[in-house]
Amino acid sequence: MSGIVGYGAYVPKYRIKSETIAEVWGEDPDRIKEGLGILEKAVPAIDEDATTLAVEAARIAMKRAGIPRDSIGALYVGSESHPYAVKPTACAVAQALGAVPNLTAADLEFACKAGTAGIQMCMGMVDSKMIHYGMAIGSDTAQGRPGDALEYSAAAGAAAYIIGPNDESMAILEDTLSYTTDTPDFWRRPKADFPSHGGRFTGPPAYFKHVMGAFYGLMQKMDEKVENYDYFVFHQPNAKFPQAVAKQLKIPKEKLADGLIVPIIGNTYSAASPLGLANVLDKAEPGQRIFMVSFGSGAGSDAFSIKVTDKIKNRDRAYPLSKFINEKEYLSYAIYSKLKGNYKGM
Amino acid sequence: MKESIALMWRRLPERYKLIGSACENCKTHYFPPRSICPKCRRKGKISRFEYSGEGKVYSFTEISAGPIGFEHQTPYVIAIIELAEGAKCLGQIVDARLADVKIGDPVEGTFRKIQSDDPEGPIHYGFKFRLKK
Amino acid sequence: MQGRKVAIIGVGMTTFGEHWDRGFRDLVVEAGLRAIQDAKLTGEEISAGYVGTMASGALVGQEHAGALIADYMGLNPIPVTRVEGACASGSLALRQGVMAIASGLHDIVVVGGVEKMTDLDTAAVSEILGGAGDQEWELFMGATFPGLYAMMARRHMHEYGTTKEMLSAVSVKNHWNGARNKYAQFQKEITMEDAMTAKMVADPLGLMDCSPITDGAAAVILAPIEKAASYTKKPVEIVASEQASGTLALHSRKSLTSIEAAKIAGAKAYKTAGLTPKDIDVAEVHDCFTIAEIIATEDLGFFKPGESGPAALAGKTRFDAEIAINTSGGLKAAGHPVGATGIKQACEIAWQLRGEGEGTQVKDAKIGLTHNVGGSGATAVVHIYKQGW
Repeated sequence: MSGIVGYGAYVPKYRIKSETIAEVWGEDPDRIKEGLGILEKAVPAIDEDATTLAVEAARIAMKRAGIPRDSIGALYVGSESHPYAVKPTACAVAQALGAVPNLTAADLEFACKAGTAGIQMCMGMVDSKMIHYGMAIGSDTAQGRPGDALEYSAAAGAAAYIIGPNDESMAILEDTLSYTTDTPDFWRRPKADFPSHGGRFTGPPAYFKHVMGAFYGLMQKMDEKVENYDYFVFHQPNAKFPQAVAKQLKIPKEKLADGLIVPIIGNTYSAASPLGLANVLDKAEPGQRIFMVSFGSGAGSDAFSIKVTDKIKNRDRAYPLSKFINEKEYLSYAIYSKLKGNYKGM
Repeated sequence: MKESIALMWRRLPERYKLIGSACENCKTHYFPPRSICPKCRRKGKISRFEYSGEGKVYSFTEISAGPIGFEHQTPYVIAIIELAEGAKCLGQIVDARLADVKIGDPVEGTFRKIQSDDPEGPIHYGFKFRLKK
Repeated sequence: MQGRKVAIIGVGMTTFGEHWDRGFRDLVVEAGLRAIQDAKLTGEEISAGYVGTMASGALVGQEHAGALIADYMGLNPIPVTRVEGACASGSLALRQGVMAIASGLHDIVVVGGVEKMTDLDTAAVSEILGGAGDQEWELFMGATFPGLYAMMARRHMHEYGTTKEMLSAVSVKNHWNGARNKYAQFQKEITMEDAMTAKMVADPLGLMDCSPITDGAAAVILAPIEKAASYTKKPVEIVASEQASGTLALHSRKSLTSIEAAKIAGAKAYKTAGLTPKDIDVAEVHDCFTIAEIIATEDLGFFKPGESGPAALAGKTRFDAEIAINTSGGLKAAGHPVGATGIKQACEIAWQLRGEGEGTQVKDAKIGLTHNVGGSGATAVVHIYKQGW
């Protein structure tokens, strides 16, 4: 069995409030805040992209794991905003970590769940002893079309997980299960600057069907129940969807709270559920159990059952996710547009 | 200046990981790397040295008129950093405006895009610094 | 100085400014002819030439500037050699000329400096000038030349309490001088308020702390002093010509409040000439930025470290005060056609020592000095001159 040997989370410093965006389009800010449950979202600086975010998270993960950098045998970066269409983000991250050249590396794309797909790949490679440690990163600087509902949620962040043998892990990955179908709820064609989505179609046939499918699948496979878990982390495109899932599954609010950070950083896509998990790990105690379900449009969900070990007590506390969440600076819509490169001629 | 692919690649390990050099004979640290120690000359023994990125602001300014490739990044802060291990180096201070920075402020290394204005060209990444809170 | 004694027997320059109607070769030929005329030569006496230009290749696409100049000056087949040391190119060329005569290799030598800068836009020119710094480790990171000098200024402010007002005083004084120099790019006085409130370029340096982009050329004719009298009544003897090198990158220096290479070149020049800073009546120093003049006047020993700023504010560097600095208007007001600057400085000192300083003539000026710096201080050249009659 494999587990989490180290993890790192990073969110850019800049934020834009939902009401700042709402004002531009004449929307009612309270309706947006209540409807989506997003108060503000994280915006990358002009010199940040999915690669730099991934490096920030990965460096923290390496520090926490305290393992030699040449011991990483596999590195996967999941993102829907890879800076190059052709040229792997994973290579730049591996070079910046000093993990080159003896490792396998590749970029993954599965909308918002490419990060957890990477975790599963590393689990398989560690379990089969192909590698000793593997790193899976979810990193995104998501784009929302100006004026679209996505503009309130599409955010930036990264989370990195180092997967290794369970006896070295601060949290054991007890089991995982996926639920995958071809569902056209959200997509972006090559050369398109912004994604398109199915509006309300993104709900029941997409998010809810897959998240529930993976949830029940893994619960049944493991013969487990909600009461046996201390924390739940769901993919969070907004606050409303995971809250609705929790309500339906009769998960107490307090078990959802630590893993639900979308209201204050927005939807960080491939990093969304991994960041929720990082926030939980920042405060989890030995023996506690976490249930996580990611979701990626297109569509699929990966469910994980995680058990925290004694090693969590020794985790490096210099860079908790809350540090990056709390150190923030608000932007005007004009500066936000500049950072996003939305002006003609830039 | 637009760097050639070969030049970018040649400097990439040093820019990604803040690698300079140190003289084993006189213990002086240098950045960027050198192959001769100016102090010891023939007696010197130079080896590659990786800096932690920790340091202090030695001097700084805010660039209002950006050179080619940086026009859209203005205003941005550049600084000379006294690296914890010895040498000084020049880099940007990210996520900061002039008023946020003071001489002596502690910084840590970070990894950012340096230049990427050409939509069809390569993206240049490298070290920058962030104020330590 | 070792070898034969060397004198300037003729000087000439173009006006500095935006010469839309004239190119690289036109400028250098005009300056050269004026110097030849000033020395009352026919031209046939000249046996060698040196020319300083920093970036003719990048600015106007013309390399091989030595041969071009020999050709268009009508000097073929004498050897003309191009010398490059960024903004110190002019003084480097002068030093080659001095050495050629001192060694006995040549008798009459023409030395020129030229830069044609306005054919490109400001951003392109700034990028080319950036090549005077460390391209891979300063400019690549987003530094600019104003940015590098701004960091020197901030450090000077931090260590000595120098103020923006003191920097502005340098600019105001240089514009006052420039307003009295018919060759200057800006023949216009400015107020303290103009200087203090100008648009910021790299804090604390504003537009009025920065030298401009300029077209121009300057030339001098050198001869052994014993032969000088047959051409001019007022030969200007070069009693020291010293050059020193420092690190290319600003961040590699021990101190940002002084340019070590300039200090060394200055100290060597005083020693060679058997003079001290107190003996200097008039000096042209490299004020590419106002802070550079503050640092230069400290490095050259006119003021103690930290005292140049207050001295500038108190008017001690005006043409009629303690030490006359940049009577031409300096790089700030006279303009800075990079390769021409070092030679322009020599022209100004020659005029001052000959008593032809016009509106900024320093009274009884007998000994002058030029200080020319390349980049942020990786090359420094100091010359000392005295009346040779």
